[in-house]
Amino acid sequence: MKRYVIIFILVIVSTFLIHTWLMSIGLFPKEASAQSVAVDQLFHVHLWLISFLFSLIMVTLVYSLIFFHRRKGEMGDGAYLTGNSTLEITWTAIPLMAVLVLAYAGAKTLGAIQVIDPTALQVKVTAGQWYWQYAYPDYGVTSTDLYLPVNLQIDLQMTSVDVIHSFWVPEFRVKQDIVPGRTVELRVTPTLIGEYKVRCSELCGLRHAYMEGLVEVVSQANFEKWIAQQQSAAPPSPELRGQQLATSYGCVNCHSTDGSAKTGPTWLHLYNSNVKLSEGTTVTADDNYLKTSIINPNIQVVSGFPANTMPDFSTVLDQTMVEALVAYIKTLK
Amino acid sequence: MRKLYSIGLIRGLLWQILGTAIGIGILTGIRFLLHLPVWKAESAFVFGALLGALFFVYGIGAVDDWIKVAAGKEIHEADESSWGRLRYFGVSLDHKVIGIQYLVLSLVLMVVGGSFAMLFRSELANTGMQFLTLMEYNTLMSLHGMVMIIGILVGVAAFMNYLVPMMIGARDMAFPRLNAFSFWLAVPASIILLSSMALGGFDTGWTGYPPLSARAPIGIQMFFLGVSLAGMGTILSSLNVITTAIRMRASGMTGFRLPIFVWGSLATSLISLTATQLIGLSFQMVMFQRLFGMGFFDPAKGGNPILFQHLFWFYSHPAVYVFVLPGLGIISELLPVFARKPLYGYKWVAISSFGIALIGFLVWGHHMFASGMAQYLRVPFMYSTLLVAVPTGVKFFSWLGTLWRGKIVFPVPMLFVLAGIVVFLLGGLTGPPNATVATDLQLTDTYFIVGHFHDTMFGGYIFPFFAAIYYWFPKMTGRRLNETLGKIHFWLMAPAFIILSSMMMRTGLLGMRRRIADYDPTLNITNDHRVMTVAGFLIALGILVFIINAFWSRRNGEIATGNIWNSRSPEWQVPSPMPVHNYDKPFEVVGEPYDYGLPDSVYVKFMEEE
Repeated sequence: MKRYVIIFILVIVSTFLIHTWLMSIGLFPKEASAQSVAVDQLFHVHLWLISFLFSLIMVTLVYSLIFFHRRKGEMGDGAYLTGNSTLEITWTAIPLMAVLVLAYAGAKTLGAIQVIDPTALQVKVTAGQWYWQYAYPDYGVTSTDLYLPVNLQIDLQMTSVDVIHSFWVPEFRVKQDIVPGRTVELRVTPTLIGEYKVRCSELCGLRHAYMEGLVEVVSQANFEKWIAQQQSAAPPSPELRGQQLATSYGCVNCHSTDGSAKTGPTWLHLYNSNVKLSEGTTVTADDNYLKTSIINPNIQVVSGFPANTMPDFSTVLDQTMVEALVAYIKTLK
Repeated sequence: MRKLYSIGLIRGLLWQILGTAIGIGILTGIRFLLHLPVWKAESAFVFGALLGALFFVYGIGAVDDWIKVAAGKEIHEADESSWGRLRYFGVSLDHKVIGIQYLVLSLVLMVVGGSFAMLFRSELANTGMQFLTLMEYNTLMSLHGMVMIIGILVGVAAFMNYLVPMMIGARDMAFPRLNAFSFWLAVPASIILLSSMALGGFDTGWTGYPPLSARAPIGIQMFFLGVSLAGMGTILSSLNVITTAIRMRASGMTGFRLPIFVWGSLATSLISLTATQLIGLSFQMVMFQRLFGMGFFDPAKGGNPILFQHLFWFYSHPAVYVFVLPGLGIISELLPVFARKPLYGYKWVAISSFGIALIGFLVWGHHMFASGMAQYLRVPFMYSTLLVAVPTGVKFFSWLGTLWRGKIVFPVPMLFVLAGIVVFLLGGLTGPPNATVATDLQLTDTYFIVGHFHDTMFGGYIFPFFAAIYYWFPKMTGRRLNETLGKIHFWLMAPAFIILSSMMMRTGLLGMRRRIADYDPTLNITNDHRVMTVAGFLIALGILVFIINAFWSRRNGEIATGNIWNSRSPEWQVPSPMPVHNYDKPFEVVGEPYDYGLPDSVYVKFMEEE
């Protein structure tokens, strides 16, 4: 009996020590969204269960190793104990209780982070290899950084132009994969003004590690100021706009502008040059050829480059954007 | 030259090269006749690799007997006892030889996969790219995953092949030729898998999700093909284990008198037999998408990328239990020997393996909480995943019950068993946060997951695997591994691993993503990464000590032909190593397998011939 009392006391002490230690080392990043508060509460339930179950098993294990090892010169076997059904049922019940607690808390938290606010601000997110692009349909503004007003639910409507990406801001505690060919939704309510980073967390190819983007959570007033700035900014020349698009949509990740070899053909000296196609014919790279190649890259595939490699931009780029890109390519001589 | 050609492995490799060349030739020839552009690298290499694998198994002679039977000729079993060491390099029908062949292949694969990890672990010691390119990093990281998985599958097969017939008193496996065929399929499969490095590599991780894998370099096709072939070997080998365990037991060996490792092997083989097809299928669908333009997972053609994830995880989650159930079986098998006590709650432990296997089939969706699958599906998968804790808990408490009031001894195998329990506990306790959806959304695809599953793999497989090697090495060779070197191996590896995996989880919580070649210096985790790199090298050093120990002890180790662990199991009641057909005399089961501490009781009694 004495053994069990000692173990009981040690388990309790160890549970509290481990829990205190876990809480003191700064396990989690800042809580910067309404959702993060709910998620962290659930994490704390987990931490208590982890501390308790770890202590229960480790204390008993270490106690056994210390007190029940074979001493020098001893030859005999241990006690002949084969099992005990009551005990077995008890320790089937302990994890089962933990399961029930977590099932309840888990469902409740999931509900809490999925609450939909009808007044939410909609932001359209386009992800591609390897860039983030945002549009604010209510204001007619697009941006490569994500500006968000504090304390307002954001309704992120996200799509991908090529492979699967994933939207994750660690301080917001929520994550959603972005699947090509469909629009997925993520709701988040920023609560803490500051600068964060969105980090793509689904492996998306070569430069996946660097697919990070700026997220600015600002006050309502500053958000409106930023929107007004964006709206009043003078429209750039087509050439300049094309250059910006080439960077923000990741074109330059595959098409160099200095003649060097990348996944796709270089843009340097491309305009009005003769291009050899994989089927053996040659065409002149005029405006029409360039426009077709941007929207339907697999119709005329350049010799030496694989087909089905370039993402589908037909739903992402509108007519003026394509024209701006062509205008930019013309300047690369 | 002729002598070299008589060695099976060399012959097989020559035939594989020949087959690959012929395959490439045939495909190019057909294209020439059809007036298509002659050279199409991707189809040529895929067809060549496939033909190369078939030529390998033919060249080495793994199908000779079947061809003879089909031709109506008689087949004879060769007398292998006279072959000497060479029989390990060619087709042998002896389950013990095949077991050791599997074991060596497993160690080779894991050393290769581990070296990949050392390379990219060094790269991560600092931010920015040091000595690898992004593509090299991605390829090594992706291959590390799959090479280790095949290495573990092969290692599981090693112990099931070596131990199951011995433990149940069978002369061999039920289908010895199928057994040899399964093993020799794994060799060309591994070569094809590794050849992906020479064909441009691939940057998809071991999960190979489309659309990314549909756009990766040709290396991905070698990855898909290698895994499909290795998976075929696994399916055949699990069929063999199940038949053997059901049909070939010694008299008196009823279900609840089976050695507990056989229970684990049965549960594992049932999963392998019924789920492996799904990973093969999902990979082949991407292969066909690339080769023939079938748009299974291409949204532009009406395909669905998420379908792939369902098919993939339907195998790949149960696969985790394929890896750990035999390892947990080894823990349950060895604990009673070293605690000198019966296995506590034998029936509960046996049934819990099947409980884990069954629930394991219903939880695959927890890998996809953030994937964009139907939202309501996340709730049932959360509940089913949490339920895994129940049968797993039974195992832990039964192990504690086995140790309680024992007379515990601590030779090297026992140290690895204990490390297995502690590390698997860490892996188990960090599991539930991945089961509840809200917390998993933060954790999925971060280094937390990497730490969590390395805990389950090391605790459920790697540590028990080494325990088993130290424990059964004398049975295989008649000599025991050096205890001092074994302890050095243990103390290098166990603490370093616990530090490594804990730091992985910590950096993951702070924002370190999974599968990234470089990380953001503003996360302030550079020092953590340096500690992890050092810990990684300590583990590698421990493995090196083990390899030296194995080579040295095979010739110079202390001679141990008897029952050195004082075990009740039948294989230890006869001298080591065992002859070709195992036991000279059959035995019958007259007692319980783990009745340590019950005076004058035995598990098996050898029958005197009349």
